[in-house]
Amino acid sequence: MKPQHQHDHKQTPHRPVGSLGLLGQLTDFLDDRTGYRALMHEALYERVPGGARWRYVWGSSLVFAFMTQLITGLVLWSSYSASAQTAWESVYYIQHEMTGGWLLRGIHHVMAQAMVVLLALHLMQVVIDGAYRAPREVNFWLGLVLMMLVLGMALTGYLLPWDQKGYWSTRVATNLAGLVPLVGPSLQQVVVGGPDYGHHTLTRFFAIHAGFLPLTLVLMLVVHLSLFRKHGLCAKQPIVRPDAMFWPDQVLKDAVAMLAVMAVVLGVILMPALRAMLEGRPIVPGELGAELGAPADPSLPYAAARPEWYFLFLFQFLKVFEGWGARGEFFGAIVVPGLVMGVMFLMPILGRWQLGHRFNVAFTFALLAGIGLLTAMATNEDYAALWADRGAFADVEKLLEETDNDKAKIAAHFGNDAAKIAAFEARVKKLDRIRHSQSFLDAVALAKADAARSIELAGRPERIPPAGMMELVRNDALSQGPKLFSQHCASCHAHVDPVAPEAHAVLAKASAANLHGFGTAAWMRGLLDPTQVAGPGYFGNTAHKEGDMVHFVQNDLTDAATWKPDDIEAVVAAMAEEAGLAAAGTDPLVVEKGRGLIAADDRCGSCHTFRDNGVAAGSAPDITGWGSREWLIGIIVDPTHERFYGDSNDRMPSFGKAEEGATPMLTRQQIGLIADWLRGDWYRPTAH
Amino acid sequence: MSRHEAVSDSAEARRGFLTKLLAIVCGGLATLPPVLAGLWMFLDPLRRRGAAATFLPVTDLASVPDDGIPRQFAVVADRVDAWTGFAAEPIGAVYLRREKGSDAVQALSATCPHAGCFVEIESQEHCFRCPCHNSKFMLDGGMVAPSPSPRAMDGLECQVAKNGEIAVKWQNFYTGIADKVARP
Repeated sequence: MKPQHQHDHKQTPHRPVGSLGLLGQLTDFLDDRTGYRALMHEALYERVPGGARWRYVWGSSLVFAFMTQLITGLVLWSSYSASAQTAWESVYYIQHEMTGGWLLRGIHHVMAQAMVVLLALHLMQVVIDGAYRAPREVNFWLGLVLMMLVLGMALTGYLLPWDQKGYWSTRVATNLAGLVPLVGPSLQQVVVGGPDYGHHTLTRFFAIHAGFLPLTLVLMLVVHLSLFRKHGLCAKQPIVRPDAMFWPDQVLKDAVAMLAVMAVVLGVILMPALRAMLEGRPIVPGELGAELGAPADPSLPYAAARPEWYFLFLFQFLKVFEGWGARGEFFGAIVVPGLVMGVMFLMPILGRWQLGHRFNVAFTFALLAGIGLLTAMATNEDYAALWADRGAFADVEKLLEETDNDKAKIAAHFGNDAAKIAAFEARVKKLDRIRHSQSFLDAVALAKADAARSIELAGRPERIPPAGMMELVRNDALSQGPKLFSQHCASCHAHVDPVAPEAHAVLAKASAANLHGFGTAAWMRGLLDPTQVAGPGYFGNTAHKEGDMVHFVQNDLTDAATWKPDDIEAVVAAMAEEAGLAAAGTDPLVVEKGRGLIAADDRCGSCHTFRDNGVAAGSAPDITGWGSREWLIGIIVDPTHERFYGDSNDRMPSFGKAEEGATPMLTRQQIGLIADWLRGDWYRPTAH
Repeated sequence: MSRHEAVSDSAEARRGFLTKLLAIVCGGLATLPPVLAGLWMFLDPLRRRGAAATFLPVTDLASVPDDGIPRQFAVVADRVDAWTGFAAEPIGAVYLRREKGSDAVQALSATCPHAGCFVEIESQEHCFRCPCHNSKFMLDGGMVAPSPSPRAMDGLECQVAKNGEIAVKWQNFYTGIADKVARP
């Protein structure tokens, strides 16, 4: 018997004879030793019964999408650093500082989504054509496993940037994995890399995302494709056209489909650039492609957390079981998806009967329709406020506020008419939906602002500290100030521009001074204005409403003989200077005059300590350095200190002081952030 | 073969060729974006430049005894590594040396000109020795032949201020070549 390779050799098509150029010699040399021509022939000249068709392109498109992910993923890998202190930072660097990083990451991100869509199309085509029937059952099962591997990669990739969005979504996903019977908690702990989320969550997710899953996928794909070639293409029946070869007829259709997929992916990435161009805005490449949120912070609530859109249906499905407790989540996240996968695995068996095949097709369509419906519901719940007319519910909101949501009062309002009450309650439900959606949209807006600020901070010339981005974000007055203020100060103090349209309503609810612009000349001018000092922006809603200061401003300052307008302006300027917030170009002589007036024992100095005017502490706040960082920190730490309000302090807690052994409400660092924010003291990028 | 058949055959062949060409063009175009984007980002390091060579304060005259023996000092500077900014970090080491009675300070880079290892002082043999390939240098940095190193130790520019503060111009040089060429 002849050796096998000689046999192969003889079969090699079109071996050129005679005039061998250098290229010809080289290819002959290679073919003699590898038999590549036969391999190429084998790969390309597959018979396609009934000719090439568009409906066969989905499998090839998926292979193409996966190859794209492999190329882009490997290059991303070359610049990604998987640890809690470097993951966000390295992705920031890729997205905003490396050449082409935004494009590469954009392709990887959008192609992942395209892959999910292509998977659905491939699955549909296979089920509709009955391509799972004998002898192709095993290959169908392999396809389902491949689908789960792709979804697994999508899920694990979402965490890797270690931003708020990925972090919180992954917490949910891994907690759900913990619901698996018996092994759940152990499974969760293994995947997370310990009891808490951190370095090893990232290294593990990265290894799973870029190692375990793609390697398994490649192996499975090799088997999937060789089984596909073994069985041949499952042709659409009846066959009416003549057969064709895979190359070039089907390859052309496949290539066009790949090009279309890539065009869509690039379109999604570049669309915002086009929009910016049309609107005449500058194009910032870092803002194109995949988003990067604010860095993950386990201490910060993140109401904008949602899974990627293709998992949104699962997220919505879990809501169906609200009120079932952990049992509901187990049912919704594990039992039902498990049953669905079970039915899909049974499809080749069921498909042996005509009725079973019909069931399979109907099941697939029902499943996709269900997924579509759940996705639409989730989207509607989140974005309803964008298209709903909240104004139409103004009367409902007014009544709820007037009655303080008291059922009895509402019933009384409608004269206890059951029909009217029911109609009202239905409208309250609708309003609630809009309100929920609005708070989600607000959370998204906040997340976007936080993300933009993080990226601005990361671009500082000093760069990111070795401890990571969180350190910068947590010490940033601009992003932390408003959060701390709304948590700890806003229940009494307003912070609203007095000329803003909503100022009146906001001030009416406040029970302490409006701190917007505190420390500036404008704020001080308002305090010294007889018409404002007892108003809601200053002492109006406090115990000092009829205090000495109000009395002084309303009676003494109005005496134009002692207090000329220039004198008051001088005091205003001097006080803003104390805060370090005086406008540029303030006249030093005016400030000097103001300081004299403030210190004088027949003016402000009759009550207030100011510098070395010798007034004993206790009668009124010491206004030396008023509005400065140090002064603000002091009053927030302890307003009852004799340097500030002492015994006459009106309800303000001592945020930085605690009983022996107890921890104060706020740390010095937090109080510093509030002070900095109030003073408008934060990092601003200089324009290039 | 009739004439009619011959024409349809060549048309068929042309159509086949066009299909092949189109398939290759479409497939190629589809693959281009990820490949090009990948290359574009992968070659980003070529765009990066190290910090410009500047004089960095190292120590003061009192810390370099005038006994002709080199002493090792860390060079401390602010450093940026991709996204991270390090404040006042040791970024390398230099040897400083002073002859008896002289205020002139000689500065030598601790990086071996052969392959970039860290050259150490061999106190018993009164010379420098590289632990990697045994290059030997005299205490003033001069070559001890035969040596794997193609050149003497790299001297660094050095300034001594009036108050005795010593600053060294921190630079890296290409290794393995006979000429001393600064890295950009």
